[in-house]
Amino acid sequence: MSAWSESMVRVGAIFTKELIQMRRDRMTFAMMLLIPVIQLVLFGYAINTDPRSLPTAVVTEEQTPIVRTLLTALKTSGYYELVSIISDPRESAALLARGEVAFVIQIPSGFTERLIRGERPQILIEADASDPAAASNAIARAETILMRALRHDLKGSLAYLAPAQDPIEVVVHARYNPEANTQYNIVPGLLGVILTMTLVMITGLAMTREAERGTMENLLAMPAQPFEVMIGKIAPYVAVGGIQTLIVLLAAHELFNVPFAGSLLLLLAGVVVFIIANLAVGFTFSTIAKSQMQAMQMTFFFFLPSLLLSGFMFPFRGMPGWAQVIGEVLPLTHFLRLIRGVMLKGAGFGDMRQAILAITLFAVAAGILAMVRYRRTLD
Amino acid sequence: MSAPELAIDVRGLVKRFGGKTAVDGVDIQMPYGKVWGFLGPNGSGKTTTIRMICGLLHPDAGEGRCLGFDIRTDAMSIKQSTGYMTQRFSFWEDLTIRENLEFVARLYHLPQRRALVDNTLETLGLEHRQHQTAGELSGGWKQRLALAAVTMHRPRLLLLDEPTAGVDPQARRDFWDEIHRLSMTGLTVLVSTHYMDEAERCDRIVYLANGRLVTSGTVDDVIDASGLVTFRASGEGVRELMEDLRAEPGVEHAAYFGAALHVSGADRAALMRAIEKYSNVSWEEVQSDLEDVFIELMTRAGADERLHG
Ligand SMILES: Nc1ncnc2c1ncn2[C@@H]1O[C@H](COP(=O)(O)OP(=O)(O)O)[C@@H](O)[C@H]1O
Ligand SMILES: [Mg+2]
Repeated sequence: MSAWSESMVRVGAIFTKELIQMRRDRMTFAMMLLIPVIQLVLFGYAINTDPRSLPTAVVTEEQTPIVRTLLTALKTSGYYELVSIISDPRESAALLARGEVAFVIQIPSGFTERLIRGERPQILIEADASDPAAASNAIARAETILMRALRHDLKGSLAYLAPAQDPIEVVVHARYNPEANTQYNIVPGLLGVILTMTLVMITGLAMTREAERGTMENLLAMPAQPFEVMIGKIAPYVAVGGIQTLIVLLAAHELFNVPFAGSLLLLLAGVVVFIIANLAVGFTFSTIAKSQMQAMQMTFFFFLPSLLLSGFMFPFRGMPGWAQVIGEVLPLTHFLRLIRGVMLKGAGFGDMRQAILAITLFAVAAGILAMVRYRRTLD
Repeated sequence: MSAPELAIDVRGLVKRFGGKTAVDGVDIQMPYGKVWGFLGPNGSGKTTTIRMICGLLHPDAGEGRCLGFDIRTDAMSIKQSTGYMTQRFSFWEDLTIRENLEFVARLYHLPQRRALVDNTLETLGLEHRQHQTAGELSGGWKQRLALAAVTMHRPRLLLLDEPTAGVDPQARRDFWDEIHRLSMTGLTVLVSTHYMDEAERCDRIVYLANGRLVTSGTVDDVIDASGLVTFRASGEGVRELMEDLRAEPGVEHAAYFGAALHVSGADRAALMRAIEKYSNVSWEEVQSDLEDVFIELMTRAGADERLHG
């Protein structure tokens, strides 16, 4: 019997043991499957960066058909919910300050008259700037909504106004979000975040749990090589990562209608490498940590920069140089490029080779570090 | 191989933890096929020595072979043919009894795994409980399971670290019967223990104190070598004498044995001078027993470290 197949038999022994222990640890297993669901709900639904129905106050003294047309257009766009129509600008300022409305739209007196005279009257949109990102889409669309409504309305005797470049002037403090963080962008990225968080943590506990329960001495007294223990211990979680991937991809498709432009096979190949990279990181932590508590802390210290510096939370190009350098090392950064590239842009293997290579390198480096750090004795 | 007739052949083993020397120059030359007892108070270095012998700890100094394999460089070969039962139960409590045995059988790549595990369960008498998790077993059953699990791969050497601690007398007796049965099949057994009666079941004992090997040999050898003389006092009022006797020069230790008092010392003349003063009770010389010798050895070795694990 060759050394290789004997080795595989030992890997199989440890694999089976871990599989049983994982199945029996219901709490952890449930958590591994619940976390993707919870995060999908939180990031996919609750944390909506394109919010609708923002409370809006309108200040106007006019009730002309054109003004009514404009207000109806704002309302039906879905972005604005007209909660009050008032005539005193000071009252509107107070509403905004108290946060009762997100926008105040001011239509000055004489608006209709000046519009008819072709004097390009102004409409002023004041936004609650305390959360500019939340309102940016509503602001960005305001002008289009208003213009479209006017073009539709300015017919017959008023048709002469329509061809004029712009019959009114909309004054807004438009803020522009270059990466347009919508669910299309977030849901695929979320897969990377979920895999990083859960898989690093779960293998982080792999060796420390043996040490804390006193079973480590027994394991070390048996003739298993470090790499056999590592492979046997992380293999069951490749399957768990696969299930998590399935959940998120199904949700992306069914619930969030995220398009899938590229090759599923290419994406899955990338996912497998990424899963292994995270499991290897976790296993490395578990060889360094002295307790399960320490392993959890290490997981946290790995997860935080991954979350913040990978381009998930903030546009990667907007980060300062040093942060980009750290980001380039993290596997999540490359995974985000991969999954967004494949799903949203239909990127092929050629485009994604660098990302896959970077993740692979990281996995190999983490694996080697784990083997160097693995304690073969109780010293 | 220097001495292939020796199962364990280690010299000058030293192990330090931080500034503390846990094992301080231990030599053991143990032939094949024997049952040796490893004795000494808690913290004397028994566990640490066993761990060094089977390659679980690197010695800071010293060298040696176990089953002919270098303990420093060939731990993997030692592990293949050694069964090591840890002091604390170290099988997986969240696996069932059967799953634990199957794990061991898989890891050692034992042939006919199913049948082997079935047989082991039958011999253990745990067939009907095979699907319970190991954590549910009582102390005595855990020990038996552990012994069965560490012998399943037919090791040539068995290292048992306090296998009977906290186990009731009947279970202890059964356990020792099993050890002797295994020894009869040619296994070499090194077993650490606290119990004197267990020491007397061994072919030879090795006594450690403060990390040093203090004495070794058969029970009789050890008693003779101690040169300890023991007198037994009995009669009315004997119990009140102990404190006074302990203070006498020549008395190295005094202890109650039921209604009687044992007084021991290495210097026969001094001891006799001491007990002459207490002629109101009757004295007779008795053979020192192992317990007298161990208490004596502990006293001589100085600090009793029974507070340590
Ligand atoms: N891993 C360790 N770290 C620090 N000290 C240890 C360790 N293992 C044992 N010791 C110390 O070494 C001494 C010998 O311990 P041990 O070999 O367990 O003794 P025994 O098995 O005879 O009770 C004790 O003082 C113990 O506290
Ligand atoms: Mg011990």
